[in-house]
Amino acid sequence: MQQEELKIKLSALLPAATFEEGGEWLTMQVEPTDWPALANNLLTEPTLNFNFLFCLTCVDWKTHLTMVYHLSSRTFGHNMVVKVKLDAAKPVIATVSDLWRTAEFHEREVYEMFGVNFLNHPDLRLLILPDGWEGKNPLRKDFVDPINMIKL
Amino acid sequence: MWSFNHIANSIHVWLNANFNPTWTLIFEMVIAGVAVIGLFAGLGLVLVIMERKVAAWIQIRLGPNRVGPKGLLQSLADTLKLLVKEGLTPNGADKFLFNLAPFIAMIVAMLLMAPIAFAKDFQLWDLNIGVLYISAISSIMVISILMAGWASNNKYSLMGAMRSGAQIVSYELSAGLSVLAIVVLTGSMSINDIIYSQADGWWIFKGHIPVIIAFVVFIIAVTAETNRAPFDLAEAESELTAGFHTEYSGMKFALFFLAEYINVFIVCALGATLFLGGWMPFHIGNWEGFNHVMDYIPSSIWFFGKTFFMIFLIMWFRWTFPRLRIDQLLNLEWKYLLPISMFNLLLVTLIAIMKWHF
Amino acid sequence: MIEEIGTTPEGELIINVGPQHPSTHGVLHLVITLSGETIRKVEPHLGYIHRSIEKMCESLTYRQFIYVTSRMDYLSAHINNHACALVVEKGLQIEVPARAQVIRVLMDELTRVASHELWWGSMAMDLGAFTPFFHAFRERESINEIMEETCGARLTMNYMVPGGVVQDIHPNFQKKVKAFLQLYKLKIHEYDELVTGNIIFQNRMKGVGIIKPEDALSYGVTGPAARGSGLSCDVRKIYPYEIYDKLDFEEVLETAGDSFARYMVRIREMQQSIRIIEQLIDNIPEGDFQAKTKAVLKLPKGDYYTRVETARGELGVYIVSEGGTTPYRIKFRSPGFSNLSILDHIARGSKLGDLVAMMGTLDLVIPDIDR
Repeated sequence: MQQEELKIKLSALLPAATFEEGGEWLTMQVEPTDWPALANNLLTEPTLNFNFLFCLTCVDWKTHLTMVYHLSSRTFGHNMVVKVKLDAAKPVIATVSDLWRTAEFHEREVYEMFGVNFLNHPDLRLLILPDGWEGKNPLRKDFVDPINMIKL
Repeated sequence: MWSFNHIANSIHVWLNANFNPTWTLIFEMVIAGVAVIGLFAGLGLVLVIMERKVAAWIQIRLGPNRVGPKGLLQSLADTLKLLVKEGLTPNGADKFLFNLAPFIAMIVAMLLMAPIAFAKDFQLWDLNIGVLYISAISSIMVISILMAGWASNNKYSLMGAMRSGAQIVSYELSAGLSVLAIVVLTGSMSINDIIYSQADGWWIFKGHIPVIIAFVVFIIAVTAETNRAPFDLAEAESELTAGFHTEYSGMKFALFFLAEYINVFIVCALGATLFLGGWMPFHIGNWEGFNHVMDYIPSSIWFFGKTFFMIFLIMWFRWTFPRLRIDQLLNLEWKYLLPISMFNLLLVTLIAIMKWHF
Repeated sequence: MIEEIGTTPEGELIINVGPQHPSTHGVLHLVITLSGETIRKVEPHLGYIHRSIEKMCESLTYRQFIYVTSRMDYLSAHINNHACALVVEKGLQIEVPARAQVIRVLMDELTRVASHELWWGSMAMDLGAFTPFFHAFRERESINEIMEETCGARLTMNYMVPGGVVQDIHPNFQKKVKAFLQLYKLKIHEYDELVTGNIIFQNRMKGVGIIKPEDALSYGVTGPAARGSGLSCDVRKIYPYEIYDKLDFEEVLETAGDSFARYMVRIREMQQSIRIIEQLIDNIPEGDFQAKTKAVLKLPKGDYYTRVETARGELGVYIVSEGGTTPYRIKFRSPGFSNLSILDHIARGSKLGDLVAMMGTLDLVIPDIDR
């Protein structure tokens, strides 16, 4: 499906969303409250059928956090990116691990690295970091570790 | 002729001439004990280096080649290392059983030496129930493994021991039944009688197909009984790290290791005795001339040749096959080997009664 | 993180497999709940080799960060480097010379064969057969020698840079690759005789750890592990990069979805890689091995994502650039991380011995998972 066609479909699905220009793939910006319903639609809508969540990550913009979901459809071969803006002080978003099971591990990683709290996640615990790292988020820009991080 | 029983007799005569009968007996027992322990250690060293060389040969590499000529002293050096290592006993282990287990493994292996005929008329104890004795004593081995696994206070050890228990108890049955096949044909349980019954040909050639089946079943069952790959579930290193001897170190580990190799030797010696004629040279019926030529090769060479051939077979299995899973292992025994060997025993009995064998 | 309790209230046994364990091939730590020999739950604890490569890359320039990525999936170091070079080239719109493209693809496929060789040996070792490991290393060694000659390293090659490759191939390269192809064809039948046809091996693999295609998709399983379930996911075919669209090779698919299918996919994939190498080895075009690039690379502001097919699956590199000389945020979507997440799902209800077969055929490389 062409980007334009996809864009029309998606704006029909969620009129409030804005689109980012210039990227390789269609990039959609969504509010955290709209995300669970949209995610469900993206997966279940027969003409969209984004059944492969191939990347889930977060970017720390200091003022806010952005969740980035890279979605692809194995049936139709189209790709898209969903970006969700989160509050830096209290980042909360609904989980998508019930739709795409791969999100379970990726969300746990984002939880410990960025401190994003995923609502209704089945098992939100530290995955990579050892015990005692709760609340410290190494991939945040304001994280400091004078011993292990060497500034050049 | 220079042979083992010749030496044994001359020692016996010399002792009788110089000491009273009681002292003679005591000296002879001491000599026998020292000989068994010496053989034990010697066999351990030889088998370990043999295993490593066979493995290296199969795995297109050289194997140990640094210590001594062609690396032949490697296992001696390893033994020395194991002797000076600290034998740890983990916290929370049952100290008495933990330290007892390797010795039981060792004692069992030593006891099994008694009825084995190493050469013509050279045997520690010609027991009239020799075969039964070996079957009975070798079952004690499982107790030492269970003891080691339970006393280690380690879950891997416990699981290894449980697997081993299930395995040895199962495979004892087919091993026993295939041994019975020869007992039925011979009509005796004495090792000596079994060997002499093969003077006109080994049982594997005389006994038609049923004995060959029994031989195959025997090899599979004893490989399982000695916990060797592909049946090494008790120590399956990719699943249970080291199974029942995970917590053992130093000489206590070495005793288990040694006991395993001695057990391999014993079962191979038993297999060679039952199916391949033990020390009996290769004889064919009434071909007097041929048989006479074969008799020129010393009986001890025949015995060790056959035994090491079987040991080589078992090593070959180990370095070729992957490991079975526990349920497949038990299925193999209870669904295939046991019915086959039971039916086979009936066939052998029929052959023995009808005198169909050669 | 080590579980202090030994048993659950239901009398199930909890054991720690790893972080030091023969079958985890590294420092993976699995907490397994067992009922007898049957697995009830597998819980991976990661991070024993976590170096936070993503954070590290944020302070490295676009030329430097490629060298760190060799340490992620160290068995496909070339392919990792390739992905990073591709994403920088995409951002700067660098045209890679034809010679460099062919060399890159050749190196990728050699790496894939080497990686699958090592996997084959180590997986057989997991199942209790030691000998295949040494046989696999015989062939892998000749690939390593080729790499050593051309790249100067045997494991972490760091050969691909934005714009092409670091240096031209060694004069012996073609000769040695052809010698390897000959050796490989001579020895490949041993693989089938020693392992594939073995009845114990087949019994251990067939019907073990079945991944359904829809599960593979949902869990994000990629690479040979997903293709064993019949899920077409070869990035080289779906989103071709470099010259893969001009090459004649098949995407290997099996339908059974069990460990044996995954095994067969990798065995057949090696042959496809050999096929690609054969097509290219005599047709390396003349020309530059590296495009002319600026001394300091600055990616324009924006998001960039590339994906390549490593020996384990789809590797994605996501770069967020603010226009500076270093990435603002970089994310590696490593195939091992997603492949590991399905382990719990497929392991439940099977025997402890099956777990090693599953882990073996998922082909987990721990630095790739932890990053």
